[in-house]
Amino acid sequence: MADNSPNPDNATTGLAVLEHRIDLQIIAKMVKPDSKVLDVGCGDGELLALLAEMHNIDGRGMELSQSGVNKCVARGLSVIQGDADRDLAEYPSDAFDFVILSQTLQATRNPREVLRQMLRVGRHAIVSFPNFGSWRVRSSLFFGGRMPVNESLPHNWYDTPNIHFCTIDDFTALCDEMNVTVEKAVALKANGQKMKFGHSRFVNLLGEQAVFLLRREINTRS
Amino acid sequence: MNHAPEKIEHFGQDEALVLDSGVKLGPFSMAYETYGELNNDKSNVVLVCHALTGDQYAASTHPITGKPGWWSRMVGPGRPVDTERFFVICPNVIGSCLGSTGPASINPETGEPYGICFPVITINDMVKAQAQLLERLGIDDLFCVIGGSMGGMLVLQWAASYPEKVFAAAPIATAARHSSQNIAFHEVGRQAIMADPEWCGGRYAQEGRNPKKGLAVARMAAHITYLSENALHRKFGRNLQDRDAVTFGFDADFQVESYLRYQGVSFVDRFDANSYLYVTRAMDYFDLAQAHGGALAAAFKGTKTRFCVVSFTSDWLFPTEESREIVQALNANAANVSFVEIETDKGHDSFLLDEPEMIDAMDGFFRSAARARGLEDQGKGSHG
Repeated sequence: MADNSPNPDNATTGLAVLEHRIDLQIIAKMVKPDSKVLDVGCGDGELLALLAEMHNIDGRGMELSQSGVNKCVARGLSVIQGDADRDLAEYPSDAFDFVILSQTLQATRNPREVLRQMLRVGRHAIVSFPNFGSWRVRSSLFFGGRMPVNESLPHNWYDTPNIHFCTIDDFTALCDEMNVTVEKAVALKANGQKMKFGHSRFVNLLGEQAVFLLRREINTRS
Repeated sequence: MNHAPEKIEHFGQDEALVLDSGVKLGPFSMAYETYGELNNDKSNVVLVCHALTGDQYAASTHPITGKPGWWSRMVGPGRPVDTERFFVICPNVIGSCLGSTGPASINPETGEPYGICFPVITINDMVKAQAQLLERLGIDDLFCVIGGSMGGMLVLQWAASYPEKVFAAAPIATAARHSSQNIAFHEVGRQAIMADPEWCGGRYAQEGRNPKKGLAVARMAAHITYLSENALHRKFGRNLQDRDAVTFGFDADFQVESYLRYQGVSFVDRFDANSYLYVTRAMDYFDLAQAHGGALAAAFKGTKTRFCVVSFTSDWLFPTEESREIVQALNANAANVSFVEIETDKGHDSFLLDEPEMIDAMDGFFRSAARARGLEDQGKGSHG
């Protein structure tokens, strides 16, 4: 099983493995080498394994599904079963350089508190989420009158784990309100094309997904 | 029970062990087994800690029962604790009866077996004795300490007492303190032994007797706690033993009765009744948080050890919640910790059984820890 892991000498091979997850590639580029990283909702450890080989990080993972955890540990990653809403509180402040929450924020019960905990535990937080303000979502509601179902939002309204959707503008507003500094933000179009914030006024309309690199304001830790 | 262990180290009066009770135990002996080869820089040592009635024969044939090693699924060539890469030491704990000093040993002051004049020992005492053994063997630090049940308690104690000597630790199906319910079960076992007239106030060796019945009952009661209701039902149901109808008597009508009686009877041949009293007592006294001002997190303050905690869904003796408490205490220190809960209906004994997910998790843990320790180039690729 350990033999399936990508070649540690070749980081680009690792990135190619994640071809289908451009958001993870963007996240991987935001993380600094040799840093201490907590990946919340790490799934089967794809990103953690990539970061370990690309950046030699000291990585930890938290994952809700026990089968995901067991797979991660079997491939040599340090992962525990846990719930972002409940278990981030266990960690001491400033324990990590980066705390990552990929495609999970909208599924938490209390996204604001999760974000606060992430920025307490880590000096940086990296958050990626589907943008509910994208034109496809808007047109599904506007023209179809139905909740959107597409590749980035694959669930029906009645079985979705996503209980706290937000738009890119919503998220930016929350960061302002919480005094969180946005160090970097990237939106992704449906075709995977990257859009930098500031270059376009239409990120909230054209972006299907967003990746934010956040930093806690030094003096305003709550 | 009288057998001479092959590997044994003796410690003189001058090397006496100062026990938690304040009593000095010395001279004393530590029996152990080893598997694999020590590498040049002595960086590949794995300490295996056995459970309550376990012994040093983790991966080799038991000298009394003739059965294969109790953890040969975990320890051996190509196993997670790969004896082609690691040097494995498994000592018999003090208080036990397979060669290390315990109540069946001769008290040098009286020339008779200690019996219940043997001092009460603790998990911490067992670990200190192991540390003394390792020092004698010229081993400064451990690549990993691993063990299940009581063995897991020793693992936690090692990580708390000697954090700088323990690179990785795998406490399995264990707890940082023995629960009230578990103390209660142990007390039933001890009372069964002491109620046996053959126990003779602990002096059965001198009297030429042996409280086999009491010890067998203790084992029967304990054995139930190692299984689960589902496992018992799956294995036995209400099936009758070699008969078509109940006999309206107290014979072993049911298969489960016959099975338990066998478990009890076969146990007394390989274990000393007084040792059972002492080792259960050591587990009862174990409370790692209490020993650190009531906060378990304090036991692991600043630890750099890599942990892999394992529990089993159907283990009601050491339930997952108790493993989770260990994980929480480690998280509070931002320690490097993995936590795997294995879904199985086989109860507490699962850690000794063929549980592929446990084996895979341990394999991943040992491989990544070995990589981090720079042990990767020695005999790789035998598994997977």
